Amino acid sequence: MADTAQTNTGQAAVLAPGLEGIVADWSSDQRAFKNVPWGKAMMWIFLLSDTFIFSCFLLSYMTVRSSTTVPWPNASEVFSLHIGGQDVPLILIAIMTFILISSSGTMAMAVNFGYRKERKITTYLILATAFFGICFVGMQAFEWTKLISEGVRPWGNPWGAPQFGSTFFMITGFHGFHVSVGVIFLLIVARKVWRGDYDQQRRGFFTTMKGRYEIVEQMGLYWHFVDLVWVFIFALFYLW
Amino acid sequence: MASAEGQVHPISTYLWIWLLLFVFSFFSYLVDYFHLEGMLRWSLILLFMMVKAGFIVGIFMHMAWERLALIYAILLPPVFIMVFVALMTLEAENTLFSRITFFGPIGS
Repeated sequence: MADTAQTNTGQAAVLAPGLEGIVADWSSDQRAFKNVPWGKAMMWIFLLSDTFIFSCFLLSYMTVRSSTTVPWPNASEVFSLHIGGQDVPLILIAIMTFILISSSGTMAMAVNFGYRKERKITTYLILATAFFGICFVGMQAFEWTKLISEGVRPWGNPWGAPQFGSTFFMITGFHGFHVSVGVIFLLIVARKVWRGDYDQQRRGFFTTMKGRYEIVEQMGLYWHFVDLVWVFIFALFYLW
Repeated sequence: MASAEGQVHPISTYLWIWLLLFVFSFFSYLVDYFHLEGMLRWSLILLFMMVKAGFIVGIFMHMAWERLALIYAILLPPVFIMVFVALMTLEAENTLFSRITFFGPIGS
């Protein structure tokens, strides 16, 4: 059982280029994804399904926005903040974007230092990632509070098409939920790295699989995906 | 390259991508700041979005170094979302047409 958790780096590592290699991988014995731990392949497949969920949200947003006869609220003005006597458009969203990108940067480096087995610096980098994530969720809570106090509801708002509120709360809410779950798992992984679980291959309390530094990379995949989704939300919802 | 030790690349790679993501985010913010409108605005937004998505998936998520079997399995299915986009665009146009026809023109 435990052996299935291990990376397969068998003889099949030699790969023909292009389509021939794909056919060889897919038609081969036991597993299609060589050189990839099963956990990583499954994380990718989970992220693929998550991609479809967020696509459905963004598509329904596109549909209601392009089918309404009522003008859509101007996101640039709705999300502006009053700083130093003037309205700065979208400033909070821009800061949130930079924070999430920074968290992706620290996560990528955490994965890297994890594979170098530098336990301490990996922990610090994961904790930094979690900190940025908490900042992001906090700013989102601030943004929600501001909009709710201005009268935005899922069924209406003071500036135009009522669908603005429903799509806004649905899309950013689901994304914020992803970030929050990510922060929780980041803290769990940080604790495990700190304790040396992945050096000693200590078994997980839930899966009973041996701990390995690949788990940091799989955690990283999820976190980068959250950042990736934000890239699309930022472009399609806030800037469009 | 991928090996038994996992994905190990120089730290500088990540720092460069981090910087580029900052630059492109800043550019897309400028698109809004300078109130660019119409096709220029939309094409720039989509361009910066795709570039950033490419950097994140390719470098941060290491997709650029994976085998084609995995790349195709993960990156091809989302392409079909474009079919969904086309369908929903038609649907939205039909809804809008019906609304204007039966409930009066835009803004009323």
